[in-house]
Amino acid sequence: MATMIGTSVKRREDAKFLTGRGNYTDDINRPGQVHAYIIRSPHAHATLASVKTDKAAKRPGVVAVLTGADTAADGIGGLPCGWLIHNKDGSPMVEPPHPPLAQGKVRHVGDPVAVVIAETYAQARDAAEHVEIDYKALPAVSDASKAIERGAPQLHDEAKGNLCYDWHLGDKAAVDAAFAKAAKVAKIDLINNRLIPNAMEPRAALGEFNRATGEYTLYTTSQNPHVIRLLMGAHVLHVAESKLRVIAPDVGGGFGSKIYHYAEEAIVTWAAAKVNRPVKWTAERSESFMSDAQGRDHATHGELALDKDGKFLALRVSTVANLGGYLSTFSTTIPTWLYATLLAGVYTTPVIYCEVKAVFTNTVPVDAYRGAGRPEASYLLERLVDIAANVCGLDRAEIRKRNFIPKTAFPYQTPVALQYDSGDYPGCLETAVKASDYAGYDKRRAASEKAGKLRGIGISTYIEACGIAPSAVVGSLGARAGLYEVGTVRVHPTGTISVLTGTHSHGQGHETTFAQVVADALGVPMESIEVVHGDTAMIPFGMGTYGSRSLAVGGSAILKAVDKIVAKSKKIAAHLLEAAEADIEFKDGVFSVAGTDRSKTLGEIALAAYVPHNYPIETVEPGLDETAFYDPKNFTFPAGTHICEVEVDPQTGVVTVEKFTAVDDVGRVINPMIVEGQVHGGVVQGIGQALYEGCVYDPKTGQLLTGSMMDYCMPRADNLPAFSVGHHTTLCTHNQLGVKGCGEVGAIGSPPAVMNAVVDALKPYGITHLDMPATPERVWRAIHSARQPRAAE
Amino acid sequence: MPSVSLTVNGRKVSAEVEQRTLLVQLLREKLGLTGTHVGCDTSQCGACVVHVDGTSIKSCTILAVQCEGTNVLTIEGLAQGDKLHPMQEAFREHHGLQCGFCTPGMVMSAVDLLKNNPKPSEREIREWLEGNICRCTGYHNIVKAIQAASQAGR
Ligand code: FES
Ligand code: FES
Repeated sequence: MATMIGTSVKRREDAKFLTGRGNYTDDINRPGQVHAYIIRSPHAHATLASVKTDKAAKRPGVVAVLTGADTAADGIGGLPCGWLIHNKDGSPMVEPPHPPLAQGKVRHVGDPVAVVIAETYAQARDAAEHVEIDYKALPAVSDASKAIERGAPQLHDEAKGNLCYDWHLGDKAAVDAAFAKAAKVAKIDLINNRLIPNAMEPRAALGEFNRATGEYTLYTTSQNPHVIRLLMGAHVLHVAESKLRVIAPDVGGGFGSKIYHYAEEAIVTWAAAKVNRPVKWTAERSESFMSDAQGRDHATHGELALDKDGKFLALRVSTVANLGGYLSTFSTTIPTWLYATLLAGVYTTPVIYCEVKAVFTNTVPVDAYRGAGRPEASYLLERLVDIAANVCGLDRAEIRKRNFIPKTAFPYQTPVALQYDSGDYPGCLETAVKASDYAGYDKRRAASEKAGKLRGIGISTYIEACGIAPSAVVGSLGARAGLYEVGTVRVHPTGTISVLTGTHSHGQGHETTFAQVVADALGVPMESIEVVHGDTAMIPFGMGTYGSRSLAVGGSAILKAVDKIVAKSKKIAAHLLEAAEADIEFKDGVFSVAGTDRSKTLGEIALAAYVPHNYPIETVEPGLDETAFYDPKNFTFPAGTHICEVEVDPQTGVVTVEKFTAVDDVGRVINPMIVEGQVHGGVVQGIGQALYEGCVYDPKTGQLLTGSMMDYCMPRADNLPAFSVGHHTTLCTHNQLGVKGCGEVGAIGSPPAVMNAVVDALKPYGITHLDMPATPERVWRAIHSARQPRAAE
Repeated sequence: MPSVSLTVNGRKVSAEVEQRTLLVQLLREKLGLTGTHVGCDTSQCGACVVHVDGTSIKSCTILAVQCEGTNVLTIEGLAQGDKLHPMQEAFREHHGLQCGFCTPGMVMSAVDLLKNNPKPSEREIREWLEGNICRCTGYHNIVKAIQAASQAGR
């Protein structure tokens, strides 16, 4: 049987989506269902003097109006944070309460204050007008660097100076010593702009309570239903997991924003029992803008010490990270363990020191968004390397080559805690240089210049850590969860197979890729395999999908379960074929006695296992159904080179991406079509960050100024070129499939490639840095406030 | 409450609606046609695109009562039984969808494009899609799918 690995099998998910038969949370309706409208704070910072609900409660169709007083009376807990970070002095971070409905104070625009439940959504929304809320507005602060200044408005009593933690990693003394000896130093101050994820499906939650059984069911737009069940059951609602079922049906994109446990999930589940009817909430897009966890938002100073030949001697980084008004589930780990540990990049920098202050502000909570910490690291590093090339008078590809970790150096221990297992960074660069026709660039630049445009080219040679994560390692770093994954392979009596996975697919095509993997391993047709995910009642406890982990960790768990199936089947086959177990060989779905033509198919074995008439019943249990948990040995380290060419119109400041080449090493590729699709999507989110997207709060009032798709600019089809996507593969050494992960590479590698190109294009004006997004206004202003071009025009 | 009568996917239907009810709400909530999606509240995303009297339209931006007597085609009515429409087929063939949320609107929009412009250039396709946002695919494969559907003679 031909291998399925490396084949662009068409997706089995597609037919339902293409014909309108997807089953997203908002498509689900339960008998007797009522609708929830969440009243959200219009203020960035205010005390709640009073919340009066009596008038609203009398409006047509209203079933209940619930407030923070009701959650408090019912003993509802706060939304927990999943990762404890320690300060430089070893003390724990500050963890202020995060109530699902505000208690006494609101801390960002969109903070939930009350919920109106009515027969129809329109009635709930109308009645909300009649809830009387007396806000006493307080001064607000949205900029993290301002929030830690003396005299800034204070958000939480517990957090003096709005500081959540002051953390560091690396050897400061060694770094300072290296700087003292450096021939040259490259420096940068940059902002990593705040982003709003905007998965196309708005978040939704539908809670239900069964009085007869005492069971709760929550349908929710989640990337990890088990995590939601654990957090909500144990911390917020205090419901036993056995009485709580969480279903994440089809989910319309996540990009990180659907990892976290959100207030609305707890509110509808709690309220469903209170009003004794199913309660449904679906976000309007404007609510998504002010309630989905946002991404990035760093202000960073970085310095790179170099010797006279352009070799990196040391890196020193200081970052202020904005966490928003409350701690979202994994917020605290993003600017620390998912950021500073990546600062070695693909280079041999011997010593690195990074310090991070994480700060509360009157803004929507910040958490992981596609890449999560790693794009912040690669953007800083790759911009800094370009500046270093400038400082040293070296070509930008050349300085990278001089500092690459050589192909022969693996496993490679970085000075910031990670051990890279495999990679070929020079190989990626070389492949990308060829694929992008780097050599022909000067010609293209001349053509652009002839047309009155500036042209620039930018390279980024990035790395990321994914396949998250070895539980013992993350546990020692403060994670309050394990990060293994689970897989079940259930061979039915007739030989068809259900594969249950704790990961969740919301666009990644797991139903196809995982079926390919199992079909290949068991030598059975893909059509006989069904992949099931997204329901805690059907699947053992899994950790879900984020950090490009699904195949590397979830796929490995499935393969482990496959191994158990094969081992057990061999025992059964030995009995049926009257041979010694050691003589049984398994190949292409058939168990045979070595050197004979006696054999049994997997289907025959399955039937025997469920109808054990002639069966080794003394030593082997009936049934053919195996579950495995897999805890990875290490992170995986996808890497690659992205090369971008832009044109800038000096008259208007408009930047257009003319050419984009990505060469990624994501380990073994199971389905090239799907992997390329993941790269395209990631690259566009990265281009979005570089050129279009930026979340803006009014610095005085903390109002969200980019609160709709008309104000927050996401890339559209006509902003983009076609891409060239390629691979330069080295295998992951510590998982059976050799896979590394592909979901985030696009978003991590592309922003610095784009910005290095933009700055290159603006070089004639003496411009050495521009913050993202490089909007026409920003570029135009930069051009006009810079001196005139050196080169004669 | 006013009532509205129209033809949806070839079937005559009538329903009681509020004056403020949008076409997309009629389709999703009263007729159970949940293939048409709502991705925004500012007429930007195009997840809600259907055809009204043969023209693509954002169903979140028209009242149900305005559709009295019209002929509405939604994503559910595009395939002929089990046989996908060539545009649906092209999206499948070229991986023009990931999470599938923007897909119904994209497909309905693309079908209308080729009706008006059977052989669009890549630029024309990209400009036509300006009103449809996809957060997953980066548009690369959507454009490829539409090009392929166009070459296949639709
Ligand atoms: S729902 Fe976004 S345009 Fe109609
Ligand atoms: S496929 Fe997910 S938004 Fe387009």
